[in-house]
Amino acid sequence: MGEAIVITSGKGGVGKTTTSANIGTALALQGKKVCLVDTDIGLRNLDVVMGLENRIIYDLVDVVDGRCKIHQALVKDKRFDGLLYLLPAAQTVDKSAVKPEQMKKLMDELKQDYDYIIIDCPAGIEQGYKNAIAGANQAIVVTTPEVSAVRDADRIIGLLEKEKHMEAPKLIVNRIRNHMMKTGDMLDLDEITEHLSIGLIGIVADDDEVIRASNHGEPIALNPNSKASIAYRNIARRILGESIPLQPLEEVNKGVFGKLKKFFGVR
Amino acid sequence: MKKRQNVTIKGTKDGLVLRLDDSCSYEELKREIDQKLSANTMTQEERHLISVKLEVGNRYLTEDQREELKFLIRQRKNLVVDDIESNVLTREEADRLRTENEVVTVSKIIRSGQVLKVSGDILLIGDVNPGGTIMAGGNIFIMGTLKGVAHAGCFGNDQAVIVASSMKPSQVRISDTFNPAPDIVPENEKREMECAYIDEDRQIKIDRLQVLIELRPNLTRLEGGH
Repeated sequence: MGEAIVITSGKGGVGKTTTSANIGTALALQGKKVCLVDTDIGLRNLDVVMGLENRIIYDLVDVVDGRCKIHQALVKDKRFDGLLYLLPAAQTVDKSAVKPEQMKKLMDELKQDYDYIIIDCPAGIEQGYKNAIAGANQAIVVTTPEVSAVRDADRIIGLLEKEKHMEAPKLIVNRIRNHMMKTGDMLDLDEITEHLSIGLIGIVADDDEVIRASNHGEPIALNPNSKASIAYRNIARRILGESIPLQPLEEVNKGVFGKLKKFFGVR
Repeated sequence: MKKRQNVTIKGTKDGLVLRLDDSCSYEELKREIDQKLSANTMTQEERHLISVKLEVGNRYLTEDQREELKFLIRQRKNLVVDDIESNVLTREEADRLRTENEVVTVSKIIRSGQVLKVSGDILLIGDVNPGGTIMAGGNIFIMGTLKGVAHAGCFGNDQAVIVASSMKPSQVRISDTFNPAPDIVPENEKREMECAYIDEDRQIKIDRLQVLIELRPNLTRLEGGH
């Protein structure tokens, strides 16, 4: 039986879809069989971020309504040898087209065939959210170091904690700008984790490369040289149960001079 | 063999104490009280009222029986019952007393959008996050940080207080008064171990929790030793 992990946040625009795409990609890179499910019906874009938009034939609503079989709707990602699939959301209808019970049934079927199902949740706490969490047994809450995002994350965590079928949610702090955290213009990492008091599963620095990669339909996790990519790969390994320390936020001092400076404690 | 007395009378400086046996029948008891008191009034000349305390031991008296005994004793012109002491409580009474005086302990974080409400006092082991609300008919004691809204004495109890290990509320309400947080809070101000209460001007005041020892002595629930 596979694990169904919902990626949620409450607030929009904190990076749920990017996170879903990259965690899915990173898990596939680890050799796991992964299915990405976009539940943002009516406003789909996980397919765009993955660069699979052109190959969609059927979607989630078609499957739920019985117009096609699951395997017909799944879009295979050719970059991975049969390890990564996407179940796209419908674009022509809205969130009320699916019921939580139907989602649960669908997830239970997918769990038979996949190691991990990554569910991209829409923003908000209404129907779309309820659909997304119905079939999940784990949750990852994405937030950014902003008061409004943390507030919404708090609300979502409160709702998730009430769900008896789910494990305690884990936290990702996304889009960290180290220089702003240092000056106190952004919420401190400790402040966030203390406030939300759930387990931190990863931190991702704000990186222009992420946006560039998304626009090209190539998840950043495929690029081994980017800091954000390493962060996502680490999150995937933590999901697999490895214990990996958090990446230091400080820019690693480059070169011999930097090392010397560090040695003498000069900042 | 001399019959054991069902009613013994003792004089104290506060008045009379009637100790009533708890193993005889109620009718027997009534008869004996009547006898004893008639015998006694003969010798008593004082006209002022004497208060009487009844000790009934392990006997449960219904409300009607209590009234009956009081009436019986009041018939003696200068005697008045001011207390009936029994070792027995009904389950109902016990339950009512328990819920009234209970401090409900809750261990969780009250997150944004969540409301926790109890009718008595509440002891929260955890935080109240911004956007979260904690309400109690009595007092609120928070072992963590209060960052959201707290409403003590929400059924109209002005004596209720709010205590928090770290007091950074977005709003505190007690009874029907409320107090929004000041807009500018000095960054480094220590907000530890504080309490909120209604002062004489019906304004909510926040102070060190030690002031409650003077202001709200009723918070002490320690029984015995008196």
